[in-house]
Amino acid sequence: MPFETAPGLEAGVLLASILFCLGLAGLMMRRNIIFMLMCVEICTNAAALMFVVAGAHWGNADGQVMFVFVVTLAAAEVAIALALVLQFYHRKHTVDIDQLNELRG
Amino acid sequence: MQGLLAWVPLLPLIGFLLLVAIPLFYSKEPSEKFVTAIGVGSVGISALLTAIVATTVFWQNPGEVVNIALWQWMLVDNLELGFNFHVDWLTLVMLMIITGVGFLIHLYSAGYMREDPDFRRYFAYLNLFVCAMLILVMADNLVLLYLGWEGVGLCSYLLIGFWYKNPANGAAAQKAFIVTRIGDTAMAIGLFLLFFEFSTLNIPQLISAADSSGANSQIITVATLLLLGGAVGKSAQLPLQTWLPDAMAGPTPVSALIHAATMVTAGVYLIARMHPLYMLSETAMTAVAVVGALTLLLAGFSAIAQSDIKRVLAYSTISQIGYMFLALGVGAWSGAIFHLMTHAFFKALLFLSAGSVILSLHHEQNIFTMGGLYRRIPFTFICFAIGCACLAALPFTSGFYSKDQILLRAWEFHDGFNSLWLAGILGALVTGIYSFRVLFLVFAGSEGSSSSHCKDANNTVMRVPLAILATLALFGGMLAPPLQSVFGTQTWEHPAAWVEGVAIAMPLIGLVIAWGLSRQQQKTGEKRSPIMQFWFSGWGFDWLYENLLAKPFRNLARLNHKDIIDSIYKGTAAFSQQLNSLLSSSQNGQIRWYLATFAAGSILFLALLVAL
Amino acid sequence: MTLLAIIIILFAGGIIAWLSERYLQKGGRWISLVSLLLAALLLVNYWSYLGTPQSVSGGPWWDSLQAAWIPRFGISFHLAVDGLSFLMLTLTIAMGIFGLVMTWNDINFRRGFFYFNFLWTLAGVVGVFTAIDLFLFFFFWEVMLIPMLFLIAVWGYEKRIYAAIKFFIFTQASSLLMLIAIVGLAYIHYRNSGQLTFNYNELLGAELTANAAYWLMLGFFIAFIVKLPALPFHTWLPDAHTQAPTAGSILLAAILLKTGAYGLLRFNLPLFPESSMAFAPVAMTIGAISVIYGAMLAFAQRDMKRLVAYSSVSHMGFVLLGLYALDTIAVQGAVMQMIAHGLSTAALFALVGALQHRLHTRDMQQLGGVWAILPKLSAVALFFAIASLGLPGLGNFVAEFTVLVGSFRSNHWITALAAIGLIGAALYALLMMQRVFFGKLRNQFESPSESGDTADLSLRESCALLSLALLLVVIGLRPQPIFNISEPTVTQAIAEIKAVAPDQNLLSSQSQRQEILISTGDKSP
Repeated sequence: MPFETAPGLEAGVLLASILFCLGLAGLMMRRNIIFMLMCVEICTNAAALMFVVAGAHWGNADGQVMFVFVVTLAAAEVAIALALVLQFYHRKHTVDIDQLNELRG
Repeated sequence: MQGLLAWVPLLPLIGFLLLVAIPLFYSKEPSEKFVTAIGVGSVGISALLTAIVATTVFWQNPGEVVNIALWQWMLVDNLELGFNFHVDWLTLVMLMIITGVGFLIHLYSAGYMREDPDFRRYFAYLNLFVCAMLILVMADNLVLLYLGWEGVGLCSYLLIGFWYKNPANGAAAQKAFIVTRIGDTAMAIGLFLLFFEFSTLNIPQLISAADSSGANSQIITVATLLLLGGAVGKSAQLPLQTWLPDAMAGPTPVSALIHAATMVTAGVYLIARMHPLYMLSETAMTAVAVVGALTLLLAGFSAIAQSDIKRVLAYSTISQIGYMFLALGVGAWSGAIFHLMTHAFFKALLFLSAGSVILSLHHEQNIFTMGGLYRRIPFTFICFAIGCACLAALPFTSGFYSKDQILLRAWEFHDGFNSLWLAGILGALVTGIYSFRVLFLVFAGSEGSSSSHCKDANNTVMRVPLAILATLALFGGMLAPPLQSVFGTQTWEHPAAWVEGVAIAMPLIGLVIAWGLSRQQQKTGEKRSPIMQFWFSGWGFDWLYENLLAKPFRNLARLNHKDIIDSIYKGTAAFSQQLNSLLSSSQNGQIRWYLATFAAGSILFLALLVAL
Repeated sequence: MTLLAIIIILFAGGIIAWLSERYLQKGGRWISLVSLLLAALLLVNYWSYLGTPQSVSGGPWWDSLQAAWIPRFGISFHLAVDGLSFLMLTLTIAMGIFGLVMTWNDINFRRGFFYFNFLWTLAGVVGVFTAIDLFLFFFFWEVMLIPMLFLIAVWGYEKRIYAAIKFFIFTQASSLLMLIAIVGLAYIHYRNSGQLTFNYNELLGAELTANAAYWLMLGFFIAFIVKLPALPFHTWLPDAHTQAPTAGSILLAAILLKTGAYGLLRFNLPLFPESSMAFAPVAMTIGAISVIYGAMLAFAQRDMKRLVAYSSVSHMGFVLLGLYALDTIAVQGAVMQMIAHGLSTAALFALVGALQHRLHTRDMQQLGGVWAILPKLSAVALFFAIASLGLPGLGNFVAEFTVLVGSFRSNHWITALAAIGLIGAALYALLMMQRVFFGKLRNQFESPSESGDTADLSLRESCALLSLALLLVVIGLRPQPIFNISEPTVTQAIAEIKAVAPDQNLLSSQSQRQEILISTGDKSP
C-alpha cells in the first residue's frame, strides 16, 4: 500500500453519489427537455468526480485521464443533444419530453 | 356372332357420347328427330343384336356361356380385374329385358318428352343408363358390376332431377343417390371382405373358390349380408326403401325404365348371380327372405293409402321386388328372375299408361281429381287395366304364373303353412286391393275435377310401345326363361289344391274390396283415417330417418362448420396476441418512465448484489 | 441433365417473365407457356423407360445427376428420377399448363411478378420430386413455399393476408421439424459410420436405435402430413385454398399437397421401416378420420371454394390410409389417388374460379340454377363433381377402390370406417351440384350482364377442362400403364418394410380375422 488512505475518500464518494442522485431525480421529474439535459450533465459530472476521487485515492493518473474523457464526452453530448432539442422544438413547438413518445409499442 | 354382344352396351354409350358432344361441333340445338334417331336407334340396334345372339347362340344350347375379354382393367399385386363380359342365360334374360323393354320405353319417351327444351340431355342420360345397366348385368367380376351399379345410380340421380328448376326434384334425386350409396358402401365393404378371403373378385372364380375350399362360413355370411345391403339399397327394400317413392319426381318414362323395369331389380340380379354364395349361408338366405316378406307387406299397405298415381305404382314396385327377394330367400331362383321379367313387362306398361294419363290431364297426378276416364282415353284405359290385372296376378296373366311359382316355393320351404307363405298370400290380397283401387279411382265412377279437360295425348310412338307391352304383359307367362343351366334343375311337388286355390282367390277378393273402397273414397275424397295416414307416410320411415340420422348429422355439421380444430390454432394466435399487447403496454415511449424503471432495476440489482 | 434442364428452364422462365413485364404487358404468360412446354418436351425424354418397368442399374432410378455442392458437410446436388418421380413430374407440368391456360386472362396487375412466382413454385416442386439429397430436398421444399406465399398474399381474395400468413406459419413450422429430423438423421449416421452425408441412398442404411428412429420418423411425418394435409394439421388448407387466386388454388391442390404424400412414400417409409410399421395403425386412423371429417366439413360449408378445399382433406385422407396400410395394392392406390385427386380437384377449383369470374360470388346461398345460364360449365362441373365422389369408371374410383381393398387386408375396421367417407363424398358433391347448378335461378343472374361476363365456357377453357376429363376417364378405364410405372418403386418400398418385419403384418391380419369371426358370432353351419 504505497499511499495512505486519503482522508477525503468517503466524503468524495458521498458527494459524487449525492450529485448523481440529484441528477437522476431531476431527470425523472423534470419534463422540460433543457432541464433534463442539465440533469444529464450533473450525472456525468458526478461520474467524473468519482474518477478524480478514485484516482487520488489510488495515486493513479488514470482517473484524471478519464476525467478529461468525460468532459469531452459531455461536450459532445451536449452539442448533439442541443441539436436534437432544436429539431424537436422545431417540429413540436414544445420542450415537453412527454410529447416525444412516438416509439411506443 | 358372340362378339356382337360387346356391341350391345357399346352402342348406347356411343349414342350418349354423340348426344353429349353435339355442342362441341354444332352451335345450334339439333332437331328432335335427329336426337331421337341417335337415342332410340342405338338402343334399338342393341335390342336387335341381343335378339340375334339369343336366337343363334343361346336358343339351341341353353347351357351356353359366352365370355368376352375386352381389356385388362387393373393388375396390382394379386388384384386382377378385367373389363370382361360373362354372358349366360341369366345375363341374357336381363339383356333382353333391358334392351327390349328399354327400347320400347325410349320409343315412348320420344313422344312423351316432345317439345321439352332439354330433349337431347334427356336421351343422353337415358342412353348412358342403358349402357351402365348392360355393363352391370354382363360384368364377369364384381368390381365391373359395381361400375355398372354406381353408373345406373348416377343416371337415376340425373333423371330424377331432370327438371332441375324445381328444388323438390333435386332433393328427391339427392335422396335417391345417397340412400342407395349407403347400400353401395356396404356392398363395397363386402367386396373388400370377399377379396380378403378369396383373393379374387371374378364371379365364376369366386363361386368355385367358395364352393370348393370349404371356406369360412362366417366370413361368407358377413360378406353375403353386406352384398345384401347393396341389393337392399338399389332395390328399395327395407330398410332403405324410402328413396323410391320420392324418385317419382322424374319424368314418367324414367320411372318406367329405371324405377320399375330395370335398375331397381339389380339387387335381385346381384343375389341371383351370387346365389351359390348365399346357399352356403342359411343366415343370409333367411335375411333375404325376411327382408322380402316384410317389404312386400309394408309397401303394399302404403300403396293402398297413396293419392298420387305414380306413388301407388312406386310402392307397388317396392312390394313386387319384395316378392322377388322372398323368392330368392326361399331358393326359388328362377322364380325370382321370372317374376323380375314379367314385372318388367307389366310395370313398364303401368307406368307408361300412367304417363299417358298424366300427359292427357296436363300433368295432374292426384287420383282423387280423376275418375271416369275410360270414356275419354279408352286405349290408355285398356293398357292400364291389363297392367293392373297382371300386377294383381289374375289367373292366366303373366304375373299370375311368376307369382304362383314364388308362393308355391314359399309354401314348400318350411313344409307347409308358414309365415313367409302367409306374408306372400296376404301380400297378394293387398296387391289386388291397391292395384284395382287405383284403376277404379282413375278410370271408373264419376268424373273428377280434372277429368273434364282431359285430352288424349297419345301419339303413334307412344301407342306402339304400349300395345307391345300390353301383349307381353298378358302372354309373358308363357315365356318362362330356361334358367336351369344357371340355377340347376329345381323341382318341387305341387301342394294341396286348396293352397293353389287360396293363391287364385286372393286377387279376386282384393278386386271386390277395391271396388267398395274406391266407391267410398270417391265420395269422401282425400280424407284419410289415422292408420291410412300412417301408411300414406310410408310407415313413418322418412320421419324416423329424418330425425334419427339426417337432422342430427346436419346439426352436427352446422355446429362444426367453422371447424373446431381450427379454434385450437386460432386460440393459440389469440393468446400470443394477448401476451403481446400486455408486454407492449410497457413500451409507452415515455423516456422518463424508461429511466425510472432503469433506475429501479439498477437499485434492485445493487441490492441483490449487496444481499448476496 | 434433363432434370437440371427442367429446373433451370422453370427458374429462368420465371426471371425472364418478371423482367419482360416492363416491355411486354402480357408477355409473361407466353413466356410461362413456352417454358412449361419446353419442360414437358424434356420429360418426353423418359418415354423410353415407360415400356420397361425394370430399373437401369441398381435401384429403381431411371436417371440421376450428382454434383458436389457443399462437400464439407457431405451435401451434394443430387437429382434422380424413377417411376414415382416421373409420374409426379408429369402431373406437375401438366397441372402447371392447365392452371396457366385456365387463368389466361385472370391476372390484371403485376403480371410479370405473378408468372415469376408461378414458375418458381413449379420449379421448387420439380426439385422436391427429384431431389435425392436430403438437404437439397429441404432446400427445394422451402423454395416452393415462398413464391406460393406471394401468390396468395398478392393476388388472393378478401382475406388473403390472413390466409397467407397462416399458410406460411404452418408449413414453415413443420418444415423446421423436418430440418431437425434431417440433421438428426445425418448426425446419427455420422456418429455410427464416421461419414457425414445427406445422401438418401446412403442414409437408407443408417443404423438407428428404435427410439431415435421413432422420433426422427415423427419429425418427417408431421412435416409431411401438414402438407398433405391430415387431421389435425389441416386448418391452413381451407383458408389458403379459398383465398388463393384460381391459379394458386390449382397449384396448391394439384401439386403442393402431393409433395407431402410423396415425401411419406419416398422418405418416411423407407428410411424408418420399423417405426413406420409400429406407427402404421395410428397413421391409418388419422387417414380414416381425415376422410370422414373432411367430408363432413365440406358438407357444412357455404363457400363453394371452401367446400372443394375440405373435399381435398377428405381425399388426401385416402392417400394417408393407403400409404400406411403398407400393402402393395393400397400404396399403388395411394399413388393413383394423388394423380386422380390432382386432376379432379384442380378442375373443380378452376370451375369455381370461372364461376366467380362470371357471377362474382362463391357463396352457395346466393347461387342456384346456374345450369340455365351456363349449361356447358355446369355440365363440366357435374362431371368433375361426380369424379370427386368416386364414380366407378373415373380415375378417383380406381384410386379409392384400390386403397380400400389393400387397406382392408391390413386393417378391417379402420378401412370400413374410411369407406363411410364414400357416403360423405356423395353428400357434399351432390349438395354442391344442387345448391349451385340446380334449383331456381336467382334474379340477379337472370339477365346476362351487358359486358358479356356470363358467357359460357370459352374454347380455351373447354379444351383445358375436357382434356382433364378425358384423362380421368382414361385413368378410370385403363389405369394399368400408371400402375406399371409406379410399380418398381412401390414394390421395393414395401419389400424393404416387409423384410424388416416379415410376419408382423401377417400376424395382424390373422388376428383380425379371428376378431371378425368372434364379433360376428354366426350360427350357420
